[in-house]
Amino acid sequence: MTCLRTEDVSFKAGGRTLVDRVSLVCKSRQFVALLGANGAGKSSLIRMLTGLVSPTAGTILLDDRTVQSFHRREMARRRAYIPQNARVEWPIAVERLVALGLMPQLPAFGDLDATAWCKVEVALRQCGLIHKRHQPADTLSGGELARAMLARALVGNPDILIADEPLAGLDPRHAIEGMVQLAGLARAGRLVIASIHDLTLAARYATHVAILHQGRLTAFGPTQTTLTPANIRTAFEVNARIAGVGTHARIDLGVPAEPAGMR
Amino acid sequence: MVRLAGQSLMLILMVLVLPVAIALSLVVGRVAIPIAELFGGLAAPKPNLAWLILAELRIPRTLLALVVGATLGLGGAALQGLLRNPLAEPGLLGVSGGAALGAVIAIYFGLAAAFVLAIPLLGIAGALAAGALTFLFGRSGTLTLILAGAAVSGLAGAGLALALNFAPSPYAAYEITTWLLGSVAERDWAQIGLCLPFILAGWVCLAFTPRGLDLLTLGEAQAESLGVNLGVLRALVLIGVALSVGAATAMAGAIGFVGLVAPHLVRPFVGHQPSRILLPSALFGALLLLATDIVIRILPTSNELKLGVLTSLIGTPFFFWLVLRLRRLSP
Repeated sequence: MTCLRTEDVSFKAGGRTLVDRVSLVCKSRQFVALLGANGAGKSSLIRMLTGLVSPTAGTILLDDRTVQSFHRREMARRRAYIPQNARVEWPIAVERLVALGLMPQLPAFGDLDATAWCKVEVALRQCGLIHKRHQPADTLSGGELARAMLARALVGNPDILIADEPLAGLDPRHAIEGMVQLAGLARAGRLVIASIHDLTLAARYATHVAILHQGRLTAFGPTQTTLTPANIRTAFEVNARIAGVGTHARIDLGVPAEPAGMR
Repeated sequence: MVRLAGQSLMLILMVLVLPVAIALSLVVGRVAIPIAELFGGLAAPKPNLAWLILAELRIPRTLLALVVGATLGLGGAALQGLLRNPLAEPGLLGVSGGAALGAVIAIYFGLAAAFVLAIPLLGIAGALAAGALTFLFGRSGTLTLILAGAAVSGLAGAGLALALNFAPSPYAAYEITTWLLGSVAERDWAQIGLCLPFILAGWVCLAFTPRGLDLLTLGEAQAESLGVNLGVLRALVLIGVALSVGAATAMAGAIGFVGLVAPHLVRPFVGHQPSRILLPSALFGALLLLATDIVIRILPTSNELKLGVLTSLIGTPFFFWLVLRLRRLSP
């Protein structure tokens, strides 16, 4: 059982407080959707959760050890991170791209062995890219590249998957498929944390939501009880109407009649 | 697996062509000596003319062309991988400029005439100083590294111009410019012996970078999340390039384009993966520089055409070809 916990975590940069005393506890089998308006501090919080950026105050614990106390390779084996708009810099083959996710498992020198290539193949199949394995990664479409990055993240079999806006730039079908896949990973025992802008998709597939507003965590808990019109209004300054539950949930949004500045 | 075949094919080709080029380099020279007589000198009582030409002129020249070419190819490949920019070349970090400035200072103050090792010694010192300066200002990020390298190159360029401006005599100015044009001719074993440890140390540093360079294909954030210590990787590449390219430049002067061209030409054959480019690029760089040096010896010019001049002459059209290809590839 993996447990990722933040205790009063803050992050300040350039005199501004981007994340303000956030405390939350995430566990295996949860799919936590991180919600919030642009600039609410989602990316900063995500980078701290990955352990790549240290909080300016507070602590982040992975299984009761601070994230900073893990060696970077050890951390790399435990959690996978997909940043926003992940790109490839060289036109390497898709299978080579996915294989890069196995590097933390390998000794410093030496190439991939047969077992490693097996894992790559499994990850490629899982993400529906097996027929593209030899294709240069820069020729993939946006949806395919997102799946390739997911395969890259999953190939090392991490306990935790952290993704920053994994649905950005995906068409509706690929966005839904992405959410289904992330939800499936959580059901299979992983902890999945992803920042997401589409509230309906979050309502349908996330087990938990964490709502950020101006760096503060304004709501955190199971989706059903936390993703309420009141909480949505606080975070996004829009009116929300919620219909249906579970995978049939639908959230209609409307801008409040009076301008936000007049209230 | 087409890519793998391409890679082995290229390596086999280079392993076959390289000995031929080396043999050719030992046979071809200003002094025309029949091959039988040249190698007969090995068995004849020493010293004899054929033996001297081989041991003191052609072998060091061949070795130096190979080592300098390999260094430029390796340094270019490592830098292009680190900066993820196909236009990066080893001189980008300012170490070549620093080495040239150090060597020119040795010529300027007449140290080179008094002491044979003055040029490589001051050249290496200049390269290390330039590398340290670039590292000091630019270690925090990729962009700052490039900017710091440009600033250090500019500083070294200004120093070179100053040396030419205040050259004590026209002859000194001539000597400086000739040295700057780049050559692997007439370097003795003591000079090579001085530079070789630095070059090898640089290669060792670069040998620890392939894993990190591969992971940088995913961008800095993902590379870090996969366990790469970016600070250490940057330092390894910078120190490796400063040591090896710095010492190579201190020996041979400024030789352009090899470090830019070699990684480019091998990249498509190895599936563009940064780690797989390093060794072929080094081999190809060595081959390229040795072949160029042989051509120089064959060309019937009154003054010997300088190595750096010919590599630039060959390299420029390649650059244009690169531009055309990029223009065709990008919509």
